[in-house]
Amino acid sequence: MAPSFDTLSEHDLHEEEDEEIDFSDLKAQYEVKLEEGLDTFVVIDGLPVVPEESRQKLIKFLLRKLNAVGSTSEDAIFMPLNDKNMSEGFAFVEYETPEQALAAVKQLHGTPLDKKHTLSVNKLMDIDRYGREGRIEEEYKPPQLEPFKEKDHLRSWMGDPNARDQFALFRGDKVGVFWNNKNHPPENVVDRAHWTQLFVQWSPKGTYLASVHPQGIQLWGGPTFSKQKQLPHPFVQLVEFSPGESYMTTWSARPIQVEEGHPVLSYEEDGKNIIIWDIVSGKPLRSFVSYDLTAGPAEGDAQPKKKVQWPAFKWSADEKYVARMLQHQSISIYELPRMNLLGKTSVKIDGVMDFEWSPATVSREGIKQYEQLLCFWTPEIGSNPARVGMMSVPSKEIVRTRNLFNVSDVKLHWQSQGTYVCVKVDRHSKSKKSLATNLEIFRVREKGVPVEVVDSLKDTVINFAWEPNGGRFVLITTGETPTGSAVPPKTAVSFFAPEKIKGAPVGSFKLVRTIERKTSNAIYWSPKGRFVVVGTVHSQTSFDIDFWDMDFEGEKPESDKDLAANLQLLKTVEHYGVTDIDWDPTGRYIVTSASAWTHSMENGWNIHTFSGNTLAEHPTDKFKQFVWRPRPATLLSKEEQKQVRKNLREYSKEFEEEDRYAVDIANTAVVEKRKRVLNEWTAWLRREKELLAEEKDAYGVPDNVDDAKLAKDAPSNIEEKGDSVVEEIVEEIIEESEEVVV
Amino acid sequence: MRPILLSGHERSLNQIKFNRDGDLLFSVAKDKIVCAWWSANGERLGTYNGHQGAIWTVDVSPNTVLLATGSADNTVRLWNVKTGECLKVWDFPTAVKRVEFAPDGSKLLAVTEKRMGFLGTIVVFDIKYGEEPREQMVDQVEEPNLRITCTESKATVAGWSYLGKYIIAGHEDGSISQYDAKTGDQLENVQAHEFDHQINDLNFSADRTYFITASKDKSAKLMSSRNLAIMKTYVADTPLNTAVITPKKDYVILGGGQAAMDVTTTSARQGKFEARFYHKIFEDEIGRVRGHFGPLNTIHIHPNGTAYASGGEDGYVRVHHFDKSYFDFLYEVEREQLKK
Repeated sequence: MAPSFDTLSEHDLHEEEDEEIDFSDLKAQYEVKLEEGLDTFVVIDGLPVVPEESRQKLIKFLLRKLNAVGSTSEDAIFMPLNDKNMSEGFAFVEYETPEQALAAVKQLHGTPLDKKHTLSVNKLMDIDRYGREGRIEEEYKPPQLEPFKEKDHLRSWMGDPNARDQFALFRGDKVGVFWNNKNHPPENVVDRAHWTQLFVQWSPKGTYLASVHPQGIQLWGGPTFSKQKQLPHPFVQLVEFSPGESYMTTWSARPIQVEEGHPVLSYEEDGKNIIIWDIVSGKPLRSFVSYDLTAGPAEGDAQPKKKVQWPAFKWSADEKYVARMLQHQSISIYELPRMNLLGKTSVKIDGVMDFEWSPATVSREGIKQYEQLLCFWTPEIGSNPARVGMMSVPSKEIVRTRNLFNVSDVKLHWQSQGTYVCVKVDRHSKSKKSLATNLEIFRVREKGVPVEVVDSLKDTVINFAWEPNGGRFVLITTGETPTGSAVPPKTAVSFFAPEKIKGAPVGSFKLVRTIERKTSNAIYWSPKGRFVVVGTVHSQTSFDIDFWDMDFEGEKPESDKDLAANLQLLKTVEHYGVTDIDWDPTGRYIVTSASAWTHSMENGWNIHTFSGNTLAEHPTDKFKQFVWRPRPATLLSKEEQKQVRKNLREYSKEFEEEDRYAVDIANTAVVEKRKRVLNEWTAWLRREKELLAEEKDAYGVPDNVDDAKLAKDAPSNIEEKGDSVVEEIVEEIIEESEEVVV
Repeated sequence: MRPILLSGHERSLNQIKFNRDGDLLFSVAKDKIVCAWWSANGERLGTYNGHQGAIWTVDVSPNTVLLATGSADNTVRLWNVKTGECLKVWDFPTAVKRVEFAPDGSKLLAVTEKRMGFLGTIVVFDIKYGEEPREQMVDQVEEPNLRITCTESKATVAGWSYLGKYIIAGHEDGSISQYDAKTGDQLENVQAHEFDHQINDLNFSADRTYFITASKDKSAKLMSSRNLAIMKTYVADTPLNTAVITPKKDYVILGGGQAAMDVTTTSARQGKFEARFYHKIFEDEIGRVRGHFGPLNTIHIHPNGTAYASGGEDGYVRVHHFDKSYFDFLYEVEREQLKK
């Protein structure tokens, strides 16, 4: 009988309690840790040892420091005394909230109290956890060295006997790395499903392939693309490598929340959204809160549009410095590898809008000591003109400035060797209605950094690109967009080259040619210079891609004879829906691709030679990304490179021979395969016929039942029977007229 | 190769068939009318009227006496080819997606749709022909002599193998089945195409020892009727609706295009509404014929291999008589083998 409430005995109430079971293991496992109360306490060590009389004075003095980061009171500071009535040199402090206690640890730890004493501030919990007896071994034990493990050769791909290039292909959920085999199907190296969440990115010298996951970044490398490093930045969205692959910047829109006991991240990173990593150690160097870019200084009540500033940190060419800008205010330059602020202060530049490092270490004429250059600009503020400045680092000296008027926007374009910097100035007329563009080109290597102005452009320049390692450039201008017109305005492509002058190293920049009435909006120089591709990307209506040669070997028009260029259109190709164009690192091939990230029509990628011959088309479902693997800088000296160029014909003979051989092999293979397939097919057909005949016998159908029918109804061979010609006479009334005969 | 444009249908084509002699062409579309055409010049011979819904399928008996059609009005109708008279109506609970006469014309199979609680079935009727003149009206049987129920995945297409020995069916889940045509037992089931990519068409070679399938998974496969071995695969860049094997030349013709419902959202240039010719043995694409401005729903080949007709979502049938170059084309290895 089940016990009812009335008959419930003492024994029934305790029925559930089973004293035999030992809960201690579960208790230990699920014990609620009562840490909350102690989270507000910190322990301050390193205080001067004072007698009881002056203890109050010290506490008051200390309080000023402590209250700077949180709020606490005299009563909340406990400074114990020993039997000699002297303080022990430490104190316990209670803050109002755990956050304040944390802030005290972060900000006060290691700060000096006076000349002799440096505070060490720790959480009480931490002291309890790490400092308790037995937690730390009394005796020093040297750390165990891990046995040496050979690592993958990170540059193994450079040893390909045919000097082929690799590329990464992201389509659907799969990422693969392939060898480029020209017009033949690419050879697969690895292909993995779900290799990345967002995108893949090569490091600038091609050593690592970075994949992006919600947990952070993973770096892959070596011949089989094994995992090299993991950089845990939760919900990371953007990645940037330093030019020498030593460091990496990662960004997430969401501030990082570090949970206690995280193996890599510490309190330092909590609440930040940018981390600068040391790639070799896989540890964060320093973390930051990102600044947003505003479209302009806040005007009135209108909230300025916020934009992510990316790259948030810009690297100097030798990655000794990294800098970022607080728009309208200052540029902060950090020194690596310590990531300390250069000269302990940011450089105040009122109104600074943008800056760019020189992409190479430049030596200016007459300057002996080491320097890196960066260029910045400030808009017109009040009656002060807009200004472009060049700063030398580490001296932070501004070595060249130029004032500009009626400026609406400025873009800074460094030439790849840092020889020139082109300042593209969009200027408005007095009425602020029409726009025109001036180019102010700083010749960095020449004495005093002279500036050349190109002001022959009537229209707005929408795109500009220097020739890599050269002195020529291409720009695209566009007319005004008629308001309400759905058709984008026509653009014009202009090619510029320096004049050839005897004696002078580089003459002034002159227009070579302008191609009017184009739709182009993008410029892609070959990484080796000379060839340039100008195309229309991200367009709904036009997809033309023009291949230009700036040093055409044919006859040069008379008008260009003074210019260091001979322009020739090599070819125009079309790629429907093209969104991206990428040169391979050697400048031999170029890939045009249509990514599913932009639209879903005819996704895929096509590969062309530098001269615009299409080698292969690869329509690919859900194609997302094509990235060539970059190559590190050549190891050949200038002389050796010259030698190669000189003997190019001999080398090319060798390669052509190889190519021919490969084609021969491939052709024979194809023919052999076809022969085999054909023989297999005829054999199958013969056997099937025999089997069929047997079965017909079994069914009692005459063997030629079908044949007879075919012979009668359907002549199987036209030649034998003679084609039956059906002649038709069709009468058609063309015109009808009635004549009345009187 | 100048096509003859047959514009007699008002809606998208579903199936077209040449008769055994190749002089006639029958076409059915969503517009409820069956058309008969002279294949030589594209002149319309007549229509067969009576269906109440879109007509999915048509077949003509080997002796060109009877015509069978299956429709969304849940009937199979049997017609007198010569007079256009409807001889018989079989009613079903659901739409009929496929009909086909056995190679000797003595049987007719019909594939019924799975819908409203009814499973998809393949039914077989005995067909009777009158004494001479054979077109005279004969009472046809009321009930099928065989009923195969597809419990796993519904059949979308079906046909007869050599000697009418097997019934080969393509399913919605991308698999191909072989049934014993006498008992209806399933002998084989092969997942020939990607899972859940429907088989849209199935056509046999002249001697019915092998057949070709066309699937939504953008490929067509050549398979053996005897053991369902996959012998060849033809890969296209668009979902395929139809595929045929050409007699006389070793080609196959594939047709398809962006699914009809997606077409409005895409440009015409990327609809891929072309008939594609592949070499049957080497699996290479060797040519394309454009012309339709909608996906190709059906292709059929003249029994002599001298012409082919294609019917599209655009409502047109295009009949193409092959040029000399079509017959002359040979791979080097084929030429060598011929010399031997």
